[in-house]
Amino acid sequence: MLYYDFHIHSALSPCGDKDMTPNNIVNMAALSGLNAIALSDHNTVGNVRAAMAVGRACGVSVVPAMEVETAEEVHVLTLYPSIDAAEEAAAVVYKSLPDIKNRPDIFGEQLFMDEDDNVTGYEEKLLISPTSLSFDALFDLVKSVGGIFVPAHVDRHSYSVLTNLGFIPDNLDIKCIEVSKATEDLDAYLAARTELKKYSIFRNSDAHYLADIAYAEAYLECDSVSDIFRTKGCHL
Amino acid sequence: MKVSELIKTLNLTVATEPNFEDRDVTGCYIGDLLSWVMGKAQSGDAWITIMNNINIVAVASLTDSACIILCEGVSADEAVINKANSEGIIILKSGETAYSLACQLSGEI
Repeated sequence: MLYYDFHIHSALSPCGDKDMTPNNIVNMAALSGLNAIALSDHNTVGNVRAAMAVGRACGVSVVPAMEVETAEEVHVLTLYPSIDAAEEAAAVVYKSLPDIKNRPDIFGEQLFMDEDDNVTGYEEKLLISPTSLSFDALFDLVKSVGGIFVPAHVDRHSYSVLTNLGFIPDNLDIKCIEVSKATEDLDAYLAARTELKKYSIFRNSDAHYLADIAYAEAYLECDSVSDIFRTKGCHL
Repeated sequence: MKVSELIKTLNLTVATEPNFEDRDVTGCYIGDLLSWVMGKAQSGDAWITIMNNINIVAVASLTDSACIILCEGVSADEAVINKANSEGIIILKSGETAYSLACQLSGEI
C-alpha cells in the first residue's frame, strides 16, 4: 500500500509559498506518513531533481511531475517514470510558453533550489501562462516519454477539463483523472457523474503551502511507484 | 437568415464540407468554456468561439447550433473537420473578433 500526494507545488511556482522548499516538502510528507509524492510545479520540473535527492535520503518516493496548462487553459497533472523523461517533456513545454516576463510583485517569485534548500536562481519567464500545446498535443507528448496524463482537479470551475472542454474527450486514451480535495464526498460526486466512474481517480492536495500537504489518506494498492507506470496510472 | 446568408454577411470561410444543409440561423451565442456553452447555447444559434478542441463538434450537436464560427483567425485541425463532417456540423472561420462579428449580426437575425 502506498500513501500518496501527487500534486504539490514548490517555490518555483509563483503561487507556491517560499517555504515550499525541497526539504520542507519532503519532510512534511514524511511526517504526514506519505510514502510517495510528486512535485508538480506549473509548466516546469526545475526543482524536481532536488526534491528527488531529498526523497532518497528520507525514504519518500518523489515522482517527477509537472502541472501543464494547455492552450485551452486546462490544467493537466503529468507524471513521469524518470527525471530524464520529465525533463524531455518539460523542454517542449517551456518552449511552448509565451515569452512573458514574471512580475514577482504581482505573481510571486519563481525560485530554483538545490537539495539543501539554497536558492540557486530565479526563473524569469512567467510560468503560470497557458502553453501553445493543445490538450491533444500534450497527451501525445506525455505518452511519447512514457508519462501519465491526469486531467487535474476536474471538479473545479476554473482550469479544468470539464469546465473548459465540457467533458473528457473520448478520442484520447485517458485512464485517470484528479478530483480535488474540495470535493469531500467522492462517492456522491461520482454518483452524480456516472460517466467519470470508468477513470482511476487520484486525490491530491494541490498544496501551495506546507500545511496543505495531504495526510496519509489516499492510497494505491501497490508497493512502488514504478507499478503506477506499468499500469499507466490505472489503480491496482 | 440562412447559414449561406450569414457567410456572405460576415464574410466567412467554410472550413467543413461546402455542400451543407442550409438551415436557419435564429440566434447567436458567444462562449469558449464548453460546459457553459452546453448549458446556454440554443437551437439554431450561430455559435462564435475561439475554442478549437474536438469537443466543439459534440457541443454543437448537443445544442443543435446552426453552425460554429471560429473567430480571431483560429483554425481547426483535420480531426475536428473530419468529425464535424461526419456529424453534419458546419464550421466557419473569420479573422475578426467575436465582438465585431456580433455587431455585424445585430439586427440581422
